Amino acid sequence: MNAKQIDQQTLLREEKDPLTHTPVHLLSLDAVGKHYGNIIALREVTMAVDNGRVTCVLGDNGAGKSTLIKIIAGLHQHDAGVLKIMGEERKFNSPRDALDAGIATVYQDLAVVPLMPIWRNFFLGSELTTGFGPFKSMDVQKMKDITLKELAEMGIDLRDVEQPIGQLSGGERQCVAIARAVYFGAKVLILDEPTAALGVKQSGVVLRYILQARDRGLGVIFITHNPHHAFPVGDRFLLLKRGKSIGYYDKKDITLDELTAQMAGGAELAELAHELEQLGGHTQALKEVQAEVAGVTEVTDVADSSREGSPRHA
Amino acid sequence: MANTATLPPAPASAPGDERIGRRSPIQKFLGRPEVGALVGAVVLFIFFASVSGTFTQPNALATILYGSSTIGIMAVGVSLLMIGGEFDLSTGVAVISSALTASLFSWNFSLNAWVGVLLALVVSLGIGFINGWILVKTKLPSFIVTLATFLMLTGLNLALTRLIGGSVSSPSISKLDGFDSAHAVFASSISIGGVEVKITVFFWIFLVAVASWVLLRTKVGNWIFAVGGDANAARAVGVPVTKTKIGLFMAVGFCGWILGMHNLFAFDAVQSGEGVGNEFLYIIAAVIGGCLLTGGYGSAVGGAIGAFIFGMANKGIVYAQWNPDWFKFFLGLMLLLATIVNLIVKRRAELK
Repeated sequence: MNAKQIDQQTLLREEKDPLTHTPVHLLSLDAVGKHYGNIIALREVTMAVDNGRVTCVLGDNGAGKSTLIKIIAGLHQHDAGVLKIMGEERKFNSPRDALDAGIATVYQDLAVVPLMPIWRNFFLGSELTTGFGPFKSMDVQKMKDITLKELAEMGIDLRDVEQPIGQLSGGERQCVAIARAVYFGAKVLILDEPTAALGVKQSGVVLRYILQARDRGLGVIFITHNPHHAFPVGDRFLLLKRGKSIGYYDKKDITLDELTAQMAGGAELAELAHELEQLGGHTQALKEVQAEVAGVTEVTDVADSSREGSPRHA
Repeated sequence: MANTATLPPAPASAPGDERIGRRSPIQKFLGRPEVGALVGAVVLFIFFASVSGTFTQPNALATILYGSSTIGIMAVGVSLLMIGGEFDLSTGVAVISSALTASLFSWNFSLNAWVGVLLALVVSLGIGFINGWILVKTKLPSFIVTLATFLMLTGLNLALTRLIGGSVSSPSISKLDGFDSAHAVFASSISIGGVEVKITVFFWIFLVAVASWVLLRTKVGNWIFAVGGDANAARAVGVPVTKTKIGLFMAVGFCGWILGMHNLFAFDAVQSGEGVGNEFLYIIAAVIGGCLLTGGYGSAVGGAIGAFIFGMANKGIVYAQWNPDWFKFFLGLMLLLATIVNLIVKRRAELK
């Protein structure tokens, strides 16, 4: 079973293409690739995002996660494969294009300007205005009110929207960015490593907002390198390694242990053990690594045998 | 009082939460970017008023305001640009380029002075556009780009003036049609209660008002803060970063055009070698006024107060009958003190 077969299984809820009556995804990638000069950053990545579902993209540093979201967010353009929005093939020229198509991205650095007040950040790039022609001015009071209300709905009780956003905690800033995307009618919400710099408690808060956005009917793309954060909230998991997809699973087809094992990369651990062995000495460390390799391969083996025709594709 | 005109607007009182009660209006006021400059301006005013009897007389104040306005008009554009995260080192000579364009063109073809004025506007905006365009295309620091335009314009000013007019000074245009009306627009005085106030003072106040409104109340203002604060973040949320930056350089060009026209029509000729070094005065005014060198923070009113401090120090030394050699020393000291006060006040206010 490959990724395309999964696509047919987990259908968009009730949503059909008006012409062919086949289900379409909110967003889908088919064998998308990208290279910078002669460096291949991403190749043959296939995934889908549906309303009210969370698609997790997992991978270590340099796995191509950032390139993937930059393509979807319109910062870069793919040069192979097909990107479809509601079944329609698209290629974004700028982040504005992607935003207009309903794709909002919450970046790792959050795309907030630290010195600016919260309300100015909230409406940055999409300011509300009143008046005509050259006398058009911002509707400041309305923007402040909306900011307070939207943030309250996400469960953040702010003291003062005039505060520079740089004074908020990491989790709070994350939530402002999510609330902003939700308010501006995002259909697809991309979260780039939202929990990377956060402690356990703050991460929990952010995961709750992810679920809240999902329950509002958004399709969420959650990018992370932590399977423990991805597994509880995700509906689908795409695993990337060195710019390639090493697996695309539905939640019912995979367990947290398998996901972790895939992420940790049993082969790499074995290689590490081999290296240690070659150098000689340090028997204690070697034994530990070997034990770990054994553990990891065991889990992967079990996973493979329990699923005949696993959804893994390389 | 002259300096009441440049007072910042009182911070708006927002209906609040009980948790923000601790932050009193005074603390909010202290958190504004121009506070350091305002304190400096008041201290300097009191100081000169006490050492010189003539300093506070209406005529002297009008002279000080005129001196301030010739810096202040440019400081408006330069402040906005600095908030937008960029520098312009070519402003000083660009002012002269604008004046030379107007005078040489209309003199050479014996045209109405207004034709030259309009051409100068196009050239000034064009210089701003080229600065901005090279900056966004090459992504070089604005220091380098505008240093290059500064040198090129300095050379062009000297070479073209000699080539066309045959001298280091542009030829007199006082006989041309339209000179008198242009003089009335750019270099006349308006009498207020018997005191002759130069028209540039009103241009200055008007520009500060417009710039403040744009900065605080329009979306373009929001974009200016954003491109200066974090250009990548701004781009990611859909702010037209390129257009904003080029627009800012063109706004500086526009301010340069007004000042250039004043320089030309206040007399009837311009020295082609003038203007070098003035760019620093504009930048100093903006920095004293609380604009952050790294961008993203500041105000147009602050730049105006900075220019006013400059004007007071410049003329105050004369009224106090000191040797004007001391002026630069004072300016340096003011710059240092104002920026330190800004820094302390800002940190204090943000911690509260």
